[in-house]
Amino acid sequence: MELKEKLISSFMAFEEQIDVHSELHDLRTAAIKNFENKGSPTKKEESWKYTSLNAILKNDFTVFPKSETSIEFKDVKKYFIHEIDTYKIVFIDGVFSSNLSSTTHQGLDVCLMSSALNKPKYKMVIDTYFNQIASKDESLTSLNTAFANEGAYINIPKSKVVNKPIEIMYFSTGNEAALLVQPRNLVIVGENSHVQIIERHQSLNENPVLTNSVTEIFAQKRAIVDYYKIQNDHMGANLIDNTYVSQKQESHVSVQTFSFGGNLTRNNLNFYHFGERLTSTLNGITIIGEKQHVDHYTLVHHAAPNCESFQDYKGIFSDNSTGVFNGKVYVEKEAQKTNAFQKSNNILLGDKSTINAKPQLEIFADDVKCSHGCTVGQLDETAMFYMQQRGIPKKEAKALLMYAFSNAVIENIKIPELKQRITKIIALKLGVKIGFDL
Amino acid sequence: MLSIKNLHASIGDKEILKGINLEVKAGEVHAIMGPNGAGKSTLSAVIAGNENYEVTDGEVFLDGEDLADLAPEERAHKGVFLSFQYPVEIPGVSVTNFMRSAINETRKAKGQEEMPANEMLKLIREKSELLEIDRKFLSRSINEGFSGGEKKRNEIFQMAMLEPKLAILDETDSGLDIDALRIVANGVNKLKSDKNAVVVITHYQRLLDYIVPDFVHVLYNGKIVKSGDASLAHELEEKGYDWIKQEQEA
Repeated sequence: MELKEKLISSFMAFEEQIDVHSELHDLRTAAIKNFENKGSPTKKEESWKYTSLNAILKNDFTVFPKSETSIEFKDVKKYFIHEIDTYKIVFIDGVFSSNLSSTTHQGLDVCLMSSALNKPKYKMVIDTYFNQIASKDESLTSLNTAFANEGAYINIPKSKVVNKPIEIMYFSTGNEAALLVQPRNLVIVGENSHVQIIERHQSLNENPVLTNSVTEIFAQKRAIVDYYKIQNDHMGANLIDNTYVSQKQESHVSVQTFSFGGNLTRNNLNFYHFGERLTSTLNGITIIGEKQHVDHYTLVHHAAPNCESFQDYKGIFSDNSTGVFNGKVYVEKEAQKTNAFQKSNNILLGDKSTINAKPQLEIFADDVKCSHGCTVGQLDETAMFYMQQRGIPKKEAKALLMYAFSNAVIENIKIPELKQRITKIIALKLGVKIGFDL
Repeated sequence: MLSIKNLHASIGDKEILKGINLEVKAGEVHAIMGPNGAGKSTLSAVIAGNENYEVTDGEVFLDGEDLADLAPEERAHKGVFLSFQYPVEIPGVSVTNFMRSAINETRKAKGQEEMPANEMLKLIREKSELLEIDRKFLSRSINEGFSGGEKKRNEIFQMAMLEPKLAILDETDSGLDIDALRIVANGVNKLKSDKNAVVVITHYQRLLDYIVPDFVHVLYNGKIVKSGDASLAHELEEKGYDWIKQEQEA
């Protein structure tokens, strides 16, 4: 395959230009070898059965953008939660933009992966955490690891409640005909600390972009992490998001994914438990149309007793759009008293829209509560008539029902301005003005 | 106000209404009684514009306007209200938000401004007191987990909020205990005026002790076979519907 060869030769050039210490060099070399062996995933693999990358990989992607581009804040303000003060780590075509960013080293590190990887003072942290929870087996994660050089680096010491949300923003300008970007984020949240993070990938025009992103999140004892992913991109945008979460005892980590846009989106979300009495929450709302494709592939690996996991994914699919939900819950023998719940509810609005839902439960402990439920349906006609009878026109009634449907997930958003923003995006998606608050 | 002429309606291939004629004037209360399967609920659904039923012949006029081409919401905007026999549960939509949408959509259709929030709250308070509805109830999802009686009371609360010209109460008494029945009937009576009309659809005479009809019609096999005053309801209560059936088959 052409892209594969291009990537492998790019890797050699890349390795020469950066000054890396040997551990990193070994890591990258192993990663590129794994990618070289495995290649990009195909539909022949069970985990990629419903998602094909073929058409996308035919693009002649630029791996390193030729020139740096600057953007004015006013032009992209709308993509930020600008109503409130936030830390910002902003990248344009994969390159850090200092004028759009608002980073810090005071009391916590909200800064760049490139400095963390290269500066000696971060070496110990990097050696401890970098690539420790990310898969060494999955080929696209390996590809990211091989090229990992830039992204967000967030390190929060213990007992720190971060006073404002952190926004991680990746803009693609479309200056390249086709661009491949591979962000690499590392988030470490210390004992008893609390942080809210919003991540967004945004193209500024329709030129094809493929983002292969890897994020590692480490939540220490009793840490609380609320992570929000906003996916509302142009039709040229393709995103493969690989997020790996490592949780210690009594921590609470939630990852909420709002998938509204882009051509193809694949969310690989993996939670690993390393302590008791912790909670993992995975929520998602998907509202897509045209020929859009969104694939949620989740894994929760229960390895210790008394832990809980909650998964709630809502999907609304119109036109020719397709959705995939593959939720795997793995409960090890040691993980007694596990509570693991999984729900995937879907509404198909188009005659040609499809959802493939596949729950997978592998349970080796005998004292657990696990449940899963997938529903696929159309909008309730009797409810529609009921609302119309009260004077609510069909279109609004439909929107109201869809809001109601996604409400359980929207309710979980803990940043009011973000909640408002998501509600607004949904209203826009459904083409209605909402005369009420949910 | 409501004028039904030779109305025929079917669901699928099955003809259910076989030539209904009915005149309801402003200020009147009509009761439509009849055995199960006579077509009572079909009649109410057809007046409200439920698209599952096909009108094969005849007309329905509201204040002289043919309703045939109007969508259910357009009929609602013109003042048609149907209290459902089985009110629908809508998880995630609170009673308050539902009413706000319903009232504001109706106002929008009439070219009016949205109702200011304080006015809305006042109206909700007033009408919920009329129906003796606990305020906590209003923030719950509509009909979700409501008891049968609560659902029906909620229907009449909505009627009170929307102040329809023509209210059709489809088996509103079913599932009500005697106290709830009294509250519901009291609510309906308070809303009654010489400008609106009520059509009560019921199997039993019970509700008609509280909402006294000016006219009673007996619907049987898709047709109105007998009309009279309130005393007809008592006669039916005494003799049952077999008497009507025998008369028809004779």
